[in-house]
Amino acid sequence: MKIHEYQGKEILRKFGVTTPRGVPCFSVDEAVAAADTLGGKVWVVKAQIHAGGRGKGGGVKVAKSIDELRQYATDILGMQLVTHQTGPEGQKVRRLLIEEGADIKKEYYVAALTDRATQKVAMMASSEGGMDIEEVAHSTPEKILKVFVDPAIGLTDEQALFLSNGIGVPEGSTAQAVDTLKKLYTTYMETDCSLAEINPLILEGNGTIKALDAKFNFDANALYRHPEIVAYRDLDEEDADEIEASKFDLAYISLDGNIGCLVNGAGLAMATMDTIKLFGAEPANFLDVGGGATAEKVTEAFKIMLKNPKVKGILVNIFGGIMRCDTIATGVVTAAREVHLSVPLVVRMKGTNEEIGKQILRDSGLPIIAADTMADAAQKIVDAVK
Amino acid sequence: MSILINKDTKVITQGITGKTGQFHTEKCQEYANGKECFVAGVNPKKAGEKIFDIPIYASVKEAAAETGATVSVIYVPPAGAAAAIWEAAEADLDLAICITEGIPVRDMLEVRNMMKKKVAAGGKETLLLGPNCPGLITPDEIKIGIMPGHIHRKGRIGVVSRSGTLTYEAVAQLTEIGLGQSSAVGIGGDPINGLKHIDIMRMFNDDPDTDAVIMIGEIGGPDEAEAALWCKANMKKPIVGFIAGVTAPAGKRMGHAGALISGGADTADAKLAIMEECGFTVTRNPSEMAKLLKAML
Repeated sequence: MKIHEYQGKEILRKFGVTTPRGVPCFSVDEAVAAADTLGGKVWVVKAQIHAGGRGKGGGVKVAKSIDELRQYATDILGMQLVTHQTGPEGQKVRRLLIEEGADIKKEYYVAALTDRATQKVAMMASSEGGMDIEEVAHSTPEKILKVFVDPAIGLTDEQALFLSNGIGVPEGSTAQAVDTLKKLYTTYMETDCSLAEINPLILEGNGTIKALDAKFNFDANALYRHPEIVAYRDLDEEDADEIEASKFDLAYISLDGNIGCLVNGAGLAMATMDTIKLFGAEPANFLDVGGGATAEKVTEAFKIMLKNPKVKGILVNIFGGIMRCDTIATGVVTAAREVHLSVPLVVRMKGTNEEIGKQILRDSGLPIIAADTMADAAQKIVDAVK
Repeated sequence: MSILINKDTKVITQGITGKTGQFHTEKCQEYANGKECFVAGVNPKKAGEKIFDIPIYASVKEAAAETGATVSVIYVPPAGAAAAIWEAAEADLDLAICITEGIPVRDMLEVRNMMKKKVAAGGKETLLLGPNCPGLITPDEIKIGIMPGHIHRKGRIGVVSRSGTLTYEAVAQLTEIGLGQSSAVGIGGDPINGLKHIDIMRMFNDDPDTDAVIMIGEIGGPDEAEAALWCKANMKKPIVGFIAGVTAPAGKRMGHAGALISGGADTADAKLAIMEECGFTVTRNPSEMAKLLKAML
């Protein structure tokens, strides 16, 4: 689960990390009032969307007067902000963060994430803050420092000092940098993050270390023990169909193609998508109905797939294990009738009660195209939508 | 022969009294030598009772001591699953198989580090399979997990995969063209897990009754590449490889918690390329896995 920058900063402050003072706003009037409350002569107007690259897309502006601030807030609120992470259609800006200006002397990068290879938490730091870190990793990998943290011990002073010195934090600010790194690690663990990134972490003219940005991802498996994080969820930032699917415990992801697919199991679902592509078409979605699919669940899955106007055909690929093919066949027939299916449907079934399942499909009188293998199914649906 | 388990393996079921645990324990008992293999269950509140004639003990340690079981299978719900894994490790079992899906990553990080520390301190190593996996099977001998038993056939091909249904797909293809399996292993779809592709490939390489292997991976993480490099230097048997997720977009979690492209090196294309370089016969058509393997024997 992702959250907004201002929410991330709230969490960081809760754990004792210094951030600029700021106020989240939903209207231009609120933005002007926020600047008044914050005081000072310079404010930053920051679009709040769940995607990176906001500055480059025109979603972050420095205002040097209230008139300027009002203009920027008016421009940014409601705009379709396009960044390298939003896709060409962009994301509508509904929230702003108005922040006091910062006296940036130097920008660093710090982050925490789970390292699969070592099975530890990797704390990373770089002197190249404020840039796209993937670009830094690609062109100057030696400028990214990493330490691996044993969860039973936590980030040690030595490790934090190694990072702080390695990225060139001046001596007078070392203690605060070490403290910030340790607090970032604590935040990561205590809130069950899968990514906690501060880019940039800045050094101000007076030597203060501050988090100027905050990007958090949270482990979906651990949300049950963090109602305070779940409360940050912003449904406007998520795909409406994916939200609808999650209500029925379906794993659904919208894609750009025109073949809808309904599969049981994440790996088989990806393999089915790949096979569709191999035979010359593109999948319209990823959809894993999981191990306990009922007729109701299959019907909902059909409804969600068919909401997508690009869908010109559907491929169902089921490997019946514990879930029997006849159950799925009944679900498919019920669903096809209920939604008055008007696009070609290819069904491939394998495994437990395969023959009974196929018979149910044949007896339904519906124009369902049967297939033997995944490849056969992909070929048939690609031909059918031509 | 086989890897990890055989008809003489004695198994403890942790979470035997839950709905999932009961359902699958019954199926496992019905498969091949299952009646002899599944000898104990664990539930501290129901110690002394029986379920399907299987005695329930208060702890894994007690169950192991009373029955001589060396393997456990875990169906405990996510919030308690990491603690269940640690209980199996503390009881010095040989192998714990965790079926549970949805365990918080932090819990897995903590328990994996505890397990490694125990071994570093001279303690016995308990291997972990999973979590979020279908388990493993040695056909006609023993099935531990949630896979459909009837699609398997005894034979000499090893199968290893992160995905459950994709393992079944490979197994069914093999059985259909007359090739049986020595063992089929699902290592699970989570980012922090126990046995990885490389570990299972090592075991298949050493198993005199495995002639060739189908290795199936998916997007996300470094494991398939690591296994491929090991195989290049060490593997003496033919391998067919497939990676799911060529069409998966970056930054989206594709069902499995671990199926997430996070950089350039863990895409399906990158993994297929390194497997090919390392001598695997790779395919982009998952319907052809068994056919390709047969052609190599």
